[in-house]
Amino acid sequence: MTAAVAGLVPFDDAVARYEPVLGLETHVELGTTTKMFCGCPTRFGLPPNSAVCPVCLGLPGSLPVANRAAIEYTIRIGLALNCSIASWCRFARKNYFYPDIPKNFQISQYDEPLCTNGWIDVTVEGETFRVGIERVHLEEDTGKSLHVGGATGRIHGADYSLVDYNRAGIPLVEVVTKPVPGTGALAPVVARAYVTELRDLLRSLQVSDVRMEEGSLRCDVNTSLAPRGAEWGTRTETKNVNSLRSVERAVRFEVERQAAVLDAGRRVVQETRHFHEDSGATTSGRSKEEAQDYRYFPEPDLVPIAPPREWVEEIRASLPELPAARRQRLQSDWNLTDLDMTALANAGAIDLVAATVAAGASPADARKWWLGELARRANESGKDLTALLITPAQVARVSALVATGTLNDKLARQVIDAVLAGEGDPDTVVEARGLAVVSDDTALLEAVDAAIAANPDVAAKIRAGKTAAVGALVGQVMKATKGQADAKRVSELILGRLS
Amino acid sequence: MSITRDEVAHLARLSRMALTDAELDHFAGQLDQIIAAVARVQEVAAEGIPPMTHAVPVVNIFREDVEDPCLTPEQALAGAPAAEQGRFRVPRILAED
Amino acid sequence: MAAARPTQLTHMSAAQIAAAVAAGEVSAVEVTQAHLDRIAAVDPDVHAFLHVAGLGALAAADDVDRRRAAGEPLGLLAGVPLALKDVMTTADMPTTCGSKILEDWRPPYDATVTRRLRDAGVIILGKTNMDEFAMGSSTENSAYGPSRNPWNLSLIPGGSSGGSSAAVAAYEAPLAIGTDTGGSIRQPAAVCGLVGMKPTYGGSSRYGLVAFASSLDTPGPLARTVLDAALLHEAISGHDPRDSTSIDAPVPPVVAAARQADVAGLRVGVVTEFSGGGSQPGVQARFTEAVELLESLGAKVFEVSCPHFTYALPVYYLISPSECSSNLARFDGMRYGLRVGDDETRSADEVMSLTRAQGFGPEVKRRIMLGTYALSSGYYDAYYGKAQQVRTLISRDFDAAFEQVDVLVSPTTPTTAFPIGERADDPMAMYLADLYTIPSDLAGNAAISVPCGLAPEDGLPVGLQIMAPALADDRTYRVAAAVEAAFEQRWDGPLLRHATGLRAADEGAGRTPGRGSR
Repeated sequence: MTAAVAGLVPFDDAVARYEPVLGLETHVELGTTTKMFCGCPTRFGLPPNSAVCPVCLGLPGSLPVANRAAIEYTIRIGLALNCSIASWCRFARKNYFYPDIPKNFQISQYDEPLCTNGWIDVTVEGETFRVGIERVHLEEDTGKSLHVGGATGRIHGADYSLVDYNRAGIPLVEVVTKPVPGTGALAPVVARAYVTELRDLLRSLQVSDVRMEEGSLRCDVNTSLAPRGAEWGTRTETKNVNSLRSVERAVRFEVERQAAVLDAGRRVVQETRHFHEDSGATTSGRSKEEAQDYRYFPEPDLVPIAPPREWVEEIRASLPELPAARRQRLQSDWNLTDLDMTALANAGAIDLVAATVAAGASPADARKWWLGELARRANESGKDLTALLITPAQVARVSALVATGTLNDKLARQVIDAVLAGEGDPDTVVEARGLAVVSDDTALLEAVDAAIAANPDVAAKIRAGKTAAVGALVGQVMKATKGQADAKRVSELILGRLS
Repeated sequence: MSITRDEVAHLARLSRMALTDAELDHFAGQLDQIIAAVARVQEVAAEGIPPMTHAVPVVNIFREDVEDPCLTPEQALAGAPAAEQGRFRVPRILAED
Repeated sequence: MAAARPTQLTHMSAAQIAAAVAAGEVSAVEVTQAHLDRIAAVDPDVHAFLHVAGLGALAAADDVDRRRAAGEPLGLLAGVPLALKDVMTTADMPTTCGSKILEDWRPPYDATVTRRLRDAGVIILGKTNMDEFAMGSSTENSAYGPSRNPWNLSLIPGGSSGGSSAAVAAYEAPLAIGTDTGGSIRQPAAVCGLVGMKPTYGGSSRYGLVAFASSLDTPGPLARTVLDAALLHEAISGHDPRDSTSIDAPVPPVVAAARQADVAGLRVGVVTEFSGGGSQPGVQARFTEAVELLESLGAKVFEVSCPHFTYALPVYYLISPSECSSNLARFDGMRYGLRVGDDETRSADEVMSLTRAQGFGPEVKRRIMLGTYALSSGYYDAYYGKAQQVRTLISRDFDAAFEQVDVLVSPTTPTTAFPIGERADDPMAMYLADLYTIPSDLAGNAAISVPCGLAPEDGLPVGLQIMAPALADDRTYRVAAAVEAAFEQRWDGPLLRHATGLRAADEGAGRTPGRGSR
């Protein structure tokens, strides 16, 4: 790992003087049952080289045949991104030598992509950016190499490599944005939000399990910088961006780094850079100026794709409600402001709230629990909300118990803690721990009288008219009843006794 | 001259063939001749003529998303010059990025 | 019509062998053994075969005999031996493509054509020699040494399917499979006095055919008679879902057409551009006679100009190297085949480069570099892109011609068989051998070569090429069969009887190669 480039300009300073322009290329592994050009399975985690055949191994004499489902999924993605679907297009060979591509060419698409010219809206801090989609095309994935002998398991310093072709030939969709200017200081978060939005869109279309950690969603980020008002600068491409957080960090780092280069009066080199998770830095890789000539030509072993318009319309009609539309609908149903909705989105809580509402809670209650107590618990344990051991149905039940007065807020929190600790569902916990609110006045009056007797001076104040002092006595009663009392009722009873 | 010896050397590198100097000398002359000959296609006026696709033009040849039997790993690795841990062993790959 | 059946099994046609086996007059094992004996006797001189599958062939023959005895239904060619060009994958035999880079490579799968042959009960005797990766017109580009023309062992048997043509002409097999990309079935057939057919592109599956030029490669039959070629054509043809470019339509009725053998009223077009002074005088003379013969049989002959045919050679030598430069990239020593220079310090790139430098012969290297050039950014439009456009124009020339005539004819190749070594390091001279055959590869239509006599100056065979529209393969067989029947009457038997190259072996006088009249 080489040291970072000479100096970085602090981000706020950098964006005060320079304008960033973004571009993102995202690769999505489709969740089809079989590979793009052969019938080998696409399941993750199979023993090495056990899901291969002459076609995906590129053995002499083998020929590709296109997977109809992969074409359909790609059209689905294109339509969801508001693209035009080509009426006629071809696959092309992208020629380069590398041990993980068995034919030393990749079947991809070049100047005739299946989908073009779409867009997707990304909202960040109340501002909406329309990210243009240049193209969506289909290609085959490569095999995977293990690099042996080097210190870090990476290519640098390795003695040799071991290649597994199970992944070779899995259908890959590439989504390329148009350049995205005008994000200013929000560039890093816009980039992240775009990838998040795209991921959620793909998930709703059920075309991929889009797990960045498993590699079914991969991102390359392009960043360029130019002085305010000037023409766009030279862009760099950053690879190895393996999480949403890395997307944001990579853009941020590039902005800071390129600002320093420009400040020093030097040129930004057009190149491919590598992002490092640990340091958040990017380092120089292959220079894009000696850009590889892939010698693209139309794939002669495949015939053109000409999706009939009826088929495209069928696919369009079968698109599910897309995340943006769903969010708008829920926001309206739940009567929330944009800010409130954004908070929910940022916390990853929309689906959870929706499910909780579906299970009977009010939207307000559902939000309160997920964004309040549960978010706090999730943060404490470093988990995602979805990883908490409580279901929306259970949250709804707790909410219902509070609404009927069986629990108060404090007790409800105890119940939730208990559910999270694995003690069972809410009703079981309430029963087992005897946490129900005491609603029997007689029992309460005992505690009330005891508190009054123990605090004669406070009681005197209240008799004298200083009703505000009732709080202290309420506290005593709550303590005595282990919180299992309705504070308001207790207050009423005390005042009743002392009037 | 249609192509120089240096250009031929470049083509050899691009196509991963470690040609000897003698081969480069020999091929440069021959390729020069051949390229001059094939360049004749440029004489033909072909404005707006579409490139040839297939003799019997068809579109939309697909297969269904259904599994087919695979090779066993032993079959896949049978011809491998070197194999280890069920994988193809290849010499060290120079860093790409 | 049918000649008296030869006494020697190896001189019988495929049709005759099939009938005899089906009738129980001779066993498939006997037939196979006779051909294996013949191979042992003459192949040291002819060198048609790279691999002879002795035991495998006898086992397959035995299986045919067993099934026939059990009354099971068998294919039309059951028990007939065949020589398979070593470009087709076979799971039980090596597949070298005539290259060192695949020496001893055993594929884990059969080509579709291989599978169909086996399913038909055809006995695959072995794999035949070829120009390396199908690039060449003489088999001199084979890494394993050239094959020799049975007419005269110092001459080329044609290429790239030279081993297949030599095997059939030497009576080592009645049938052979070749592949035609620029003429590689028809040209060897012509120079060896055989019938060789290039079906419509896509007529039979390329799955398992190691690719040279994907948009041109076409498997097809070589045989000593038109009927035999038709029978083999039918056996291997038909749609294959594993090949996206294979034709999804019934196989044209080629066998029926071969039996029809009638050209009365047929309109025959002589390609102007190919009947000028471009051919050897004896070739031109025999061609002219063949055209006159067709007229005498009732055909109407016209002159047809196909102006873009003169660009066919440069178009072919841009498109085929481009596709092959990509198709052959996979041969890098990483997954199978030869690996050179892996001393555990060199990089993958270095090992790939050493492997390919050592594993490929000069013609392959030339074409890879030519193709890399033609596809390079900055050159694509002027070379590959332009060539594909001119290819469309050539195809349109055919379309226009077939509005006027039913078939087009030309000599198959400008000269008769030339001496081994004469053009070996002169690529441009070598390329000229395909001058007349290339247009049909570019347009993908059907084209057959049938013998039409011996050139007077050297006594070597001349081929007549008959071209028909795409999907009209049967039409070529109809005309070829008519020509064959008429000529054999004139010649009083098949042309091949005049082949003296193996006379010594034939007469059992040892292995001294005979000399033809050259």
